[in-house]
Amino acid sequence: MSDASEPTGAVEPNAGATGAGAADAGRAGGPATPAGSAGADTPSGAATANDQAGAPDPAGSAPGRHVRVVLVDDHRMFRTGVQAEIGQTERTGVEVVGEAADVDQAVTVITATRPEVVLLDVHLPGGGGVEVLRRCSPLMADAERPVRFLALSVSDAAEDVIGVIRGGARGYVTKTITGTDLVDSIFRVQDGDAVFSPRLAGFVLDAFASTDAPPVDEDLDRLTQREREVLRLIARGYAYKEIAKQLFISVKTVESHVSAVLRKLQLSNRHELTRWATARRLV
Amino acid sequence: MPEAATLTVEDPRPPRKLYRSSDGRWLGGVARGLAGHLGLPVIWVRLVFVGLMLADGLGSLLYAAFWFFVPLGVGGVDVERPPALATETAPDGRRRLVARKPDKGQIVALLALVVVTMVFVGNVNLGSGAKAYLWPAVLVGAGVALVWRQADNARRARWMEVGRRKRTITLLRSAAGVLLVATGVSAIFVLQGSAAHLGSVLQAALAVLVGIALLAGPYLVRMTQDLSEERLMRIRAQERAEVAAHVHDSVLHTLTLIQRNAENANEVRRLARAQERDLRNWLYKPEGTGKDEDDEPGTLAEAVKRNAAEVEDKHGVPIEVVVVGDCPLDDRIGAQMQAAREAMVNAAKYGGEGGAVQVFAEVEGRTVFVSVRDRGPGFDLDSIPGDRMGVRESIIGRMERNGGTARLRAVPDGGTEVELEMERAET
Repeated sequence: MSDASEPTGAVEPNAGATGAGAADAGRAGGPATPAGSAGADTPSGAATANDQAGAPDPAGSAPGRHVRVVLVDDHRMFRTGVQAEIGQTERTGVEVVGEAADVDQAVTVITATRPEVVLLDVHLPGGGGVEVLRRCSPLMADAERPVRFLALSVSDAAEDVIGVIRGGARGYVTKTITGTDLVDSIFRVQDGDAVFSPRLAGFVLDAFASTDAPPVDEDLDRLTQREREVLRLIARGYAYKEIAKQLFISVKTVESHVSAVLRKLQLSNRHELTRWATARRLV
Repeated sequence: MPEAATLTVEDPRPPRKLYRSSDGRWLGGVARGLAGHLGLPVIWVRLVFVGLMLADGLGSLLYAAFWFFVPLGVGGVDVERPPALATETAPDGRRRLVARKPDKGQIVALLALVVVTMVFVGNVNLGSGAKAYLWPAVLVGAGVALVWRQADNARRARWMEVGRRKRTITLLRSAAGVLLVATGVSAIFVLQGSAAHLGSVLQAALAVLVGIALLAGPYLVRMTQDLSEERLMRIRAQERAEVAAHVHDSVLHTLTLIQRNAENANEVRRLARAQERDLRNWLYKPEGTGKDEDDEPGTLAEAVKRNAAEVEDKHGVPIEVVVVGDCPLDDRIGAQMQAAREAMVNAAKYGGEGGAVQVFAEVEGRTVFVSVRDRGPGFDLDSIPGDRMGVRESIIGRMERNGGTARLRAVPDGGTEVELEMERAET
């Protein structure tokens, strides 16, 4: 465990917003990928750093907003890629104030820099994202300046995904997310809202599926009809705005439904939720 | 009973080890194992043992010695008949072993054994005092045989992954064996005239047993725990090796292709997606076993993923799939899958510009719902020329013919969504 004031190893508290040797995202050259199709290239390698020819301006971030972020991921390439995509503070409003490559480093850096949002990989040496969440729980509960976590992973395993959510992460997105959407999600988490990817919505619907088992706690163990509808639309690939239009409610209401689901997910002691059945339920 | 002893032609092989046969045994598989080892018909060996029984019980002693010292194995004579255990595929899709019912031969054999024992008991030339000890001895022998046989069974079950029988039967058998032995031993004591001391002797014996249990118990428990843990680790390691072998090859292959096609962005993307799918398939399969891409899908989730993968490969547009719940395929759902595939093709062709196509499938009770959504320019069904029958026929028509519904709609913020709904056939 390194001293908090002297982070070691791959920990690089970045003073400014210079991408650490990463290609400038505004650089021309390389095959121009149409905006929004970044989902096609898996950002698990250098492809991200070099392929982002003209990343679109984030539509979601209101001008003048600012958020301090720490990246926790054991793949340096991926950190570099994300840094290049979102780290230009004057453009995106995101300032990457630190990076970490394992659990101990992560706890050190997060404690030292007190970011508003942490992008957390699920699989990490030293106990995984869940361990980071466990050791940072006092910071999460801080009333003044809470540190909020957004899980970012390539994993498809329900127990991984649900595990970090139950550990306290405010959302889960896959690494194939576009830079724009990621910035959007970061601001949403900063606001205390929840961020659900379609896949996570699918897992949650599966987990809360109607079973014969009577709920232990009616408030926590069941999704309301409305919440179910919202989750279904998320799973179908709708953005919050589209969901709001579809259900004739405001975006704020959509957000409050999603946050309610997140709360249930974190607090429910229902048998199915703790025993993450990886086997799909055959109806 | 098996009489089929095939004399195998001796080819130069490493010396065969003697095993007791685990198949087609009557008692301990000793005769069978020996017959296999010596290349003799089983029945001869059995007759020799029975004959030796008449020689002051030498046969049973020999048999017991063999049983005790020779390990159980897959030896013995090749059996030309349905094996004692056959695998059957149960309705739930699990393969389980079904034990053969005991045939007449076995019953006859047991009777013969009893008769011979009687004869032996009748003929045995012991002092009349010693003769009384015979029955207790036979009892003890029977008990020991029961317990050993049970141990053999447990061992074999472990190899063959026999669907675990009820533990109670196992326990009952072992308990019966122990009881027999205890009765026999007690009887010997009684006969020795130390019946008066029987109580105190039993107490002493009990005390010794408890002492041994206290001393050796923890070791035994720890040993069994270690063993089962080791077995688990071994199974895991095997699984991992299997996955690694498969994955390493295909990843290296893909990387080579990517380097070769570096100029062709679309091809690189396609290769990367295909490899990603393959990996995920191996990593996140529920049973931890990757399914080959050639297997016919058996459930909705598999079918949806398969179709998405094929369309993705063909049209080079990423398709994200989310499935909630699952159900077996039937004809109607099959038709729905074809319609869904058609919708995916359309989405990839005409709406792939806007990014990934999102496919969602959900099983709720008897209803299966599938939606395919793209973020392309969108299109209006009414504006499609009449000769373009793709959507009308292969999606809407197909669903309606099979008793389902299909809806196409333009999403407010751009893109098209196809919703397919179908009731599952009554089972």
